[in-house]
Amino acid sequence: MHTIPLVGRGDFSEWRDAARALAAAGISPREADWRICGVEHELFDAVAPPQLPKPDAAAPPLTVPPAFLPLAEAVVCHTEPGRFHMLYRLLWRLQSDRRLLELTADKDVAWARLLAKNVHRDSHKMTAFVRFKEIAGETAGRRRFFAWFEPSHFVVARTAPFFRRRFADMDWIIATPNGTASWDGETLIFDTRPGENPGHGDPTDELWRTYYASIFNPARLKLKAMQAEMPKKYWRNLPEADLIPEMIANAEANVRAMAERAASDPPLFHYRLQEAAQPLSQIVPAGAGTIEAVREEARHCTRCPLHCTATQTVFGEGPQDASVMMVGEQPGDQEDLAGRPFVGPAGKVFDAVLKEAGIPRPSLYLTNAVKHFKYEPRGKRRIHQKPDRGEIDHCRWWLAKEVELVKPRLIVAMGATALYALSGEQRPLNQVRGKPIAMQGDMVLYPTIHPSYLLRLPNEAERQRQHALFVEDMLMVGHLKETMG
Amino acid sequence: MKKSLQQRLAILSDAAKYDASCASSGTVKRDSVASGGLGSTEGAGICHAYAPDGRCISLLKILLTNFCIFDCAYCINRSSSNVERARFTPEEVVWLTLEFYRRNYIEGLFLSSGIIRSPDHTMGEMVRVARELRTVHGFRGYIHLKSIPDAAPELIEEAGLYADRLSLNIELPTDAGIGRFAPEKRPDGIRRAMGDLRRKIEAADDPTLQTKRRKRFVPGGQSTQMIVGADGADDATILKTSARLYGSYGLKRVYYSAFSPIPDASRALPLIKPPLVREHRLYQADWLYRFYGFGVDEITSGTGGMLDLDMDPKLAWALANRDAFPMNVNRAERERLLRVPGLGTKTVDAILSSRRFRRLRLEDLARLGVSLRKVRAFIEAEGWTPRRLADRADLKTLFARKPEQLSLL
Repeated sequence: MHTIPLVGRGDFSEWRDAARALAAAGISPREADWRICGVEHELFDAVAPPQLPKPDAAAPPLTVPPAFLPLAEAVVCHTEPGRFHMLYRLLWRLQSDRRLLELTADKDVAWARLLAKNVHRDSHKMTAFVRFKEIAGETAGRRRFFAWFEPSHFVVARTAPFFRRRFADMDWIIATPNGTASWDGETLIFDTRPGENPGHGDPTDELWRTYYASIFNPARLKLKAMQAEMPKKYWRNLPEADLIPEMIANAEANVRAMAERAASDPPLFHYRLQEAAQPLSQIVPAGAGTIEAVREEARHCTRCPLHCTATQTVFGEGPQDASVMMVGEQPGDQEDLAGRPFVGPAGKVFDAVLKEAGIPRPSLYLTNAVKHFKYEPRGKRRIHQKPDRGEIDHCRWWLAKEVELVKPRLIVAMGATALYALSGEQRPLNQVRGKPIAMQGDMVLYPTIHPSYLLRLPNEAERQRQHALFVEDMLMVGHLKETMG
Repeated sequence: MKKSLQQRLAILSDAAKYDASCASSGTVKRDSVASGGLGSTEGAGICHAYAPDGRCISLLKILLTNFCIFDCAYCINRSSSNVERARFTPEEVVWLTLEFYRRNYIEGLFLSSGIIRSPDHTMGEMVRVARELRTVHGFRGYIHLKSIPDAAPELIEEAGLYADRLSLNIELPTDAGIGRFAPEKRPDGIRRAMGDLRRKIEAADDPTLQTKRRKRFVPGGQSTQMIVGADGADDATILKTSARLYGSYGLKRVYYSAFSPIPDASRALPLIKPPLVREHRLYQADWLYRFYGFGVDEITSGTGGMLDLDMDPKLAWALANRDAFPMNVNRAERERLLRVPGLGTKTVDAILSSRRFRRLRLEDLARLGVSLRKVRAFIEAEGWTPRRLADRADLKTLFARKPEQLSLL
């Protein structure tokens, strides 16, 4: 049996050095007796350094999977007396079973992970519950702070760098029974000896206590939730914690008092505000009969329920005297956010095709059969949904206004929805595509596909064929535009 | 007589407490090592204290002022309320933030404000606080600003440069509810503001032609809050609205805040105990939607629009869909395992990792931290087959909590 005495105050290297030597000498976990002697021995050097066996020269070098190191470093900081033994057993088993750590249901692995979790939690709570008190007098222009904290495990050394990263511009000392860390702007010093609590105060604590008491909502007492996250063992060193019993005791009375106090008459300034707001709430009608006036009106459209779920009305855009009007189905995700038609992926395809056909986009009036985006939320995305006949019928009112005011010679219906909105007929698109239809008032309706159709085709050859056909349609539109315009 | 800083702190934090958001996580990592200044954010948030209401205190959550020209019935600061009014100067907020931060009370600042004079003026004052903290004092802690709909785009853009998160509260799930209780708020304006912000965030995230570095703009994303129990909206409506907001505007979080009595409350609203259990169920459902692959319809179908208060929504779904069980922990794929009541995302991942090496038994699951009492009826494991679920009429009673009714105050 080999006895290995350790200080056991969170120093990983003392365990690692001993474990290395033991493993190299081929000493099994059963033959190793790990002892914790505490800090006194380190101080008085009463114990001779552990008598470690000579390494077996033929033994292969000791290696561990990368996940073992952070795990062991955390476990060493725990106060559980059996931790060193358990870690060595894990190390021993890892030599023959390299993937042991992935087996989270294994007894040793589960235990190690549990201890590591306790240490991480304690370290996290330290970052949360340390409270600095300012000490009078600066040194070299730096303010000085002191904190007394009582962690459950040996976490000061592993947590101190957090405070250095955060409080770089002030000098601070964090003293605990498990060691003391300090920072002076240049070096982070750590001392494993137990620190002392001089009992500093800080006047700013009063403001913090005021905040703590005021941010509390007495109508929703949830004591278990509080104590689960802020266990009582930490309360001693929290300046706000001694307020808690009174806050709890008075909560019910405070809520009752709130309820009993009947709503009082509003203050005078409320009436003044209400009066002042009156003229603003009346919508000023813009010049009637212009596309701008209709657009403004459409912004507030509530003809169908789609307005509640869409971001905004996406009205048509383009010159009011355009000779060609292009009508799509409905705005998509991007159009809904931007408030403009044909700016999303289908819009990009559309722009490219227009360019190939030599039609400048600004010369066209672009709009949609339905002005609000209809979709189904799916996780972080919105899945486009086809508008139904009712929605198209409701929205036709706006489309008719646009046609009436722009008076285009040629209307291009892109897709079945637009065709239905403009002609009232539901026909398979491939039967009518590319065949101009005469409309009332000397207008011509030209049906074609919707550009988003090209995005949905999975087959590349077919996509190229349809793309070419769409370009042909647009060339025809360009031709008609020239001859009619 | 002018109120002292302490008195105003009491008023303006009391006025801010009905905003549930307190997150300080999910932003970029940064620290003060190189600058020698003050502050850091390290990914995970830190809750520096907990109040007896069970809520964490992570940020200094205050209003710049609680004067407000709006008259939203549910709000403590509405213009028709007689609560005491106060205001901070931007310098005072900066001082409080820095001094609180130095003592490690907080992770940073969550600044909101009543609307005074105009949206631009209000937003401008808040931006000033954030700008001073970042540029004058080199503060690297967390900043959450409320964004005001209808504020000028330049102001929102500047706010986004300094703030880790911007939020805009929709407060009520339906347009009709907003119209009734918050007559000055415009739901379409709120949606447009959220949409604009999403576009700005996405634009900043796109590497530019000149540099691969992305512009830092609201790295913690945007969030919102809905009040639960003030208007008549049911859970299905609330969850549908959440799903819509997540999908449409890329929100990081939708917070649910049980409507709780406020001083000098409006007569238009119910004076009940805040529906805390309902709020909790909504959060659970929200998680199921975002991390467990459940659709809102799946969660709410068969509930009559209101989630069961006696059991969590996942268990309720499982009991209503017994034919989907038992699931075999050694074979079922991830999406299926996520549907088992009592298995969380981390546990499921641990199961997937462990089962590559050996077939799992109930004891193995217990070591992964699974509550066997909860899961055993729904799973098959090596050496374990439950009695057929459909046969058990008493299944529901195995899980039911003792009923507790909401009472009038």
